[in-house]
Amino acid sequence: MSLVSTLTSRIGRLLPIYAVLYVAFLYLPILLLPLFSFNDSKVLGFPLTGFTTKWYGSLAEQTALFDALKNSLIVAILSAIVATSLGTLISRAIAKYRYPMRRVSHTIVMVPLVMPEIIIAISLLILFLGIGLGTTLFTVILAHSLLTIPFCVSIMTSAFGQFDDSLEEAAIDLGEGTWGALRRVTLPVVAPGIISCLLISFTVSFDEFILAFFLSGNSPTLPVYIWSQVRFPAKLPNVIALGSLLILVSVLFLLVAEHFRRRSARLTTKSE
Amino acid sequence: MIVTKETKTGLLLSAPATLYVLLLIAAPVALTIAYSFWTQDFVEVRREFTWANYAEVFSDPLYRTLIFRSVRIAAMVTFLTVLLAYPIAYYIAFNVKKSKALWLFLVTIPFWTSYLLRVFSWKIVLAQNGVVNSALLSLGIIDAPLDTLLYNSEAVVVTLAHAWAPFAILPIFVSLEKIDRSLLEASKDLGEGPVRSFLRVTLPLSIPGIVGACLIIFIPTVGDYVTPALVGGSDGAMVANMIQVQFGKANNWPLGSALALSAVVCVTIAACIVVGALKLLERSLK
Repeated sequence: MSLVSTLTSRIGRLLPIYAVLYVAFLYLPILLLPLFSFNDSKVLGFPLTGFTTKWYGSLAEQTALFDALKNSLIVAILSAIVATSLGTLISRAIAKYRYPMRRVSHTIVMVPLVMPEIIIAISLLILFLGIGLGTTLFTVILAHSLLTIPFCVSIMTSAFGQFDDSLEEAAIDLGEGTWGALRRVTLPVVAPGIISCLLISFTVSFDEFILAFFLSGNSPTLPVYIWSQVRFPAKLPNVIALGSLLILVSVLFLLVAEHFRRRSARLTTKSE
Repeated sequence: MIVTKETKTGLLLSAPATLYVLLLIAAPVALTIAYSFWTQDFVEVRREFTWANYAEVFSDPLYRTLIFRSVRIAAMVTFLTVLLAYPIAYYIAFNVKKSKALWLFLVTIPFWTSYLLRVFSWKIVLAQNGVVNSALLSLGIIDAPLDTLLYNSEAVVVTLAHAWAPFAILPIFVSLEKIDRSLLEASKDLGEGPVRSFLRVTLPLSIPGIVGACLIIFIPTVGDYVTPALVGGSDGAMVANMIQVQFGKANNWPLGSALALSAVVCVTIAACIVVGALKLLERSLK
């Protein structure tokens, strides 16, 4: 390790400082929203004028907001279930079986991650209007499931990949059928991975804007609603308060998802 | 051909997801390609093959400028994001000993919060009475607030470099983490200094991570809509904003489709050039 330590001593003093500055750069913009949400002024700038919670209070009066929230919850829950189911099935196949087209289908399901979202949005709009589906919450659910499948596949291939097959074989040796072994051994072990998929997909869908913007028609999701409000300066303090709440929810969900992901990693790691 | 049970189960389990993605990617993209060769005739779309939309995209200076600017901005974003992220990935891979997972988690949290809101916060950061101006004023570096921070392509580049950070850190970290530490030892034993070791061992071995980061940032960034719309102004407008206009107010879907596909083709060509250049660099460093 001597070379690594030589390097460390040279750059070592600068790197931690850079790391701290970089993390500050990452977090600063997100921390600004909560800061301004408690500021007693319609102007989003310094100096701060005083503390208030009125922007949060007046959120309750906006009925359109609650409709949008309901839409977002429906879309996020259903698309998380679809993406997690599809992603879990294919991940099990990729991790456990050898069959033709295995790598091809793995590549195909990761494609939505690298496609520009605007392309997915307009092409789905053309398709859905072309086949007469129109633009409804249903089409947003279809699109969000598509977008979140890659996240589920990367979480679940790693969960199944680390799963010790001998556990399942042991269950079968002890008299369980294939389904019994799956239900009583495999699923409980990878369950934290599945929960983590559900939470991550939910978060991605809940925050997604472009696809919903093109495909939600007359039933806006929360980000689409926020977009419509951002244009009116008078509404901005409300938007900031709402945004702060959303960031809080996202971070909470993420912490829970990370907790489950780690548990999944601990449960599935093969004993050496 | 004998179909084994394993083959059958494998295909059966992977079919739903694969078909779902194929159906919702291939079919719509095929339709978009078809649209790009049709023409808008007031409310109707005339389904006759024509190159006219592509001719318009590449001859009209407005569209041409938007496409090339989008590719340029995406390239700058990719470069800046990788440049800023490399030291962090290096720090986590080599200097952080115990809490690597915690650091990785720390740098990915902001990514999971609403993209729309993050971009919006940058608007506050760069505004006339925003964070940057307030800080510079109170430090006495400037006398009057700068009004050039917002509504230009630089604002777009900075905002996107912030948004994409984890996508650069993670792949570079993975490739750095994989490097066999004994190679660095060997390099030292052979009398190389730390800088030369970095240039001849660490950097070349981390190029796969850099390539991964470039691809995952460069291509999607070309089609970004929110950032140019919120902080770009007219000088920072990108192709996605025009595509949205064509699918919305202008109601010319064929032209919008041609714009979208032209942008994708241009960015793919540019991405191939970047990846090729990185591969050459990798070979020349080794």
